[in-house]
Amino acid sequence: METLIILLIGILVTVATYLILSRNIIRVILGTAVFSHAVHLLILTMGDLKRGSVPLLKEAEAPYTDALPQALILTAIVISFAVTAFILVLAFRAYQEAGSDDLHELRGTNDE
Amino acid sequence: MNNLVVLPLIIPIMVGVILVFLRPYIRLQRVISLLTMIGVSGLSIYMLNVIQTDGIIRLDFGGWKPPFGILFVGDSFAVLLVLTASIVTAVCLIYAFSSIGEKHEKMFFYPFVLFLIAGVNGSFLTGDLFNLFVCFELMLLASYALVTLGGEKVQLRESIKYVVINVLASWFFLVALAYLYGTLGTLNMAHISERVAEAGQDPLLTTISIVFLLVFSLKAGLLLFFWLPGSYSVPPTAVAALFGALLTKVGIYALFRMFTLIFYHEPSITHQLIGIMAGVTIILGCMGALAYKDVRLIVSYNVVIAVGFILIGLAIATPTAIEGSIYYIIHDMIAKALLFLLAGAMIKMTGVTKFDQMSGLIRNSPIFGWMFFIVTCSLAGIPPLSGFVGKILVGQSAIEAGSYVLLALAFFSSIVVLYSLLRIFLNAIFGETIISKEDEVPLKKGLLIPVVLLGFGTISLGLGAEALADYVSNAAYTLTNPAVYIEAVLGGDE
Repeated sequence: METLIILLIGILVTVATYLILSRNIIRVILGTAVFSHAVHLLILTMGDLKRGSVPLLKEAEAPYTDALPQALILTAIVISFAVTAFILVLAFRAYQEAGSDDLHELRGTNDE
Repeated sequence: MNNLVVLPLIIPIMVGVILVFLRPYIRLQRVISLLTMIGVSGLSIYMLNVIQTDGIIRLDFGGWKPPFGILFVGDSFAVLLVLTASIVTAVCLIYAFSSIGEKHEKMFFYPFVLFLIAGVNGSFLTGDLFNLFVCFELMLLASYALVTLGGEKVQLRESIKYVVINVLASWFFLVALAYLYGTLGTLNMAHISERVAEAGQDPLLTTISIVFLLVFSLKAGLLLFFWLPGSYSVPPTAVAALFGALLTKVGIYALFRMFTLIFYHEPSITHQLIGIMAGVTIILGCMGALAYKDVRLIVSYNVVIAVGFILIGLAIATPTAIEGSIYYIIHDMIAKALLFLLAGAMIKMTGVTKFDQMSGLIRNSPIFGWMFFIVTCSLAGIPPLSGFVGKILVGQSAIEAGSYVLLALAFFSSIVVLYSLLRIFLNAIFGETIISKEDEVPLKKGLLIPVVLLGFGTISLGLGAEALADYVSNAAYTLTNPAVYIEAVLGGDE
């Protein structure tokens, strides 16, 4: 199961890398979103996939599943959600001001 | 009593949230935010003294004993940086009062500054690696908002790069965290350090440590600084000064913490790599500082040079070197804020950004001109100003350790810094006055006061280095003896 998930993460990272290297800003943003999904899966896999029972003392039998990765992922999801929302608005404003969503035209080497 | 250690994070956040609701009352916002920063500074001085007498202080949130809960740890290194960061922020706020403009102030400028400083202080004080990530993100989100505040075309253009590169760095941070958690099964920094020491730093852990090095180098501008000059030269002066003084220092702090507390077993790989990166950073930074005529870009490249210099101390990693680096970080936070404020004031006075189009500013404002001279000397490390102590300690330890290449680069960089700033000084500040008496825009008191305060700060830090000596050597002692930190976190109950 772990191997399968690791392969999936690899595919996600490949796709995200492809997206982030493109010139279109929306694709770059989507790339960062896919990146964040990949790393969430990675954290989950690193904390061992489901091996034991629910981590409720006295309610279930030992061994328990490690609950920490879920907590970490939850925090990371909230943060990446906020950041993605921010960049989308930023990209929109930049598009309005600069009139382009092409990163090549946003390079800005106007002086020296 | 221990609750003290969380206050530098909590107070700015709470006040920031309250200020959001006081949007129309700009005057009130100014007073409250300034008082908050002065309060946090006072608090950190008190904390420093508590640490001197009672040792490292820690707070376990919710009473969860380490290594199970999240905790804040206040050692001298962290609290010294919290203190300097708070003072610099207070001064930048005074500068902002008369320069930032009502439009920005109404768009939640003060709350964002307070959130930023909360993130910075949180990163310094936390004892948990994942919590460090969260505090980094808090700081970065506030900085994204500040760098785009105003929404000018050039700002939006540069901030896209700034945001994307930081999102990518945060992604690498999470990857490194995931691997570390998978290998060691803990996120408490002291506990990680203990487990690494027990198991030995095998190649896998060294690889993970290099991923961390990559992450924090991106944040600190060590070698991977290509995003820095662009994004630090576009925001309003007060914001640029805050960024230049604080943000890279958080990355540097994280590098120091990681490579003195946790990954100190393989210095021939990691510390060697840091040394090479620091050397190359200095060379590239020097080239940048000499290549441009735009004052803001020169100043931004000076930030890069300082990052390289500070990390030479970490690469050598003897107690003297660490002590020198700590002095230099404190000095650099003050001096860089001053330099950014001066560059901003120059542009404000003349209306142009290139130094060869300015001339004779010393006639328009003598105090301003002399302050620029002081900061130039201070950054070049001329005694008795504040850069001297750090430079001499790092230099001394480089000789002792036999790293002559790094030594040569460190002092070569001082000369380049001196040259790049003297060039501005001779062209823009000396020379014929080109602004006629009628057109002269007198520099507002509100802009001069913070500049003078910081100038006074760099002089007194140089002359009064003795007063700091106890705190700094305690900080260096904790950094070079990880056992002290581990004992304070994991050993025994209060």
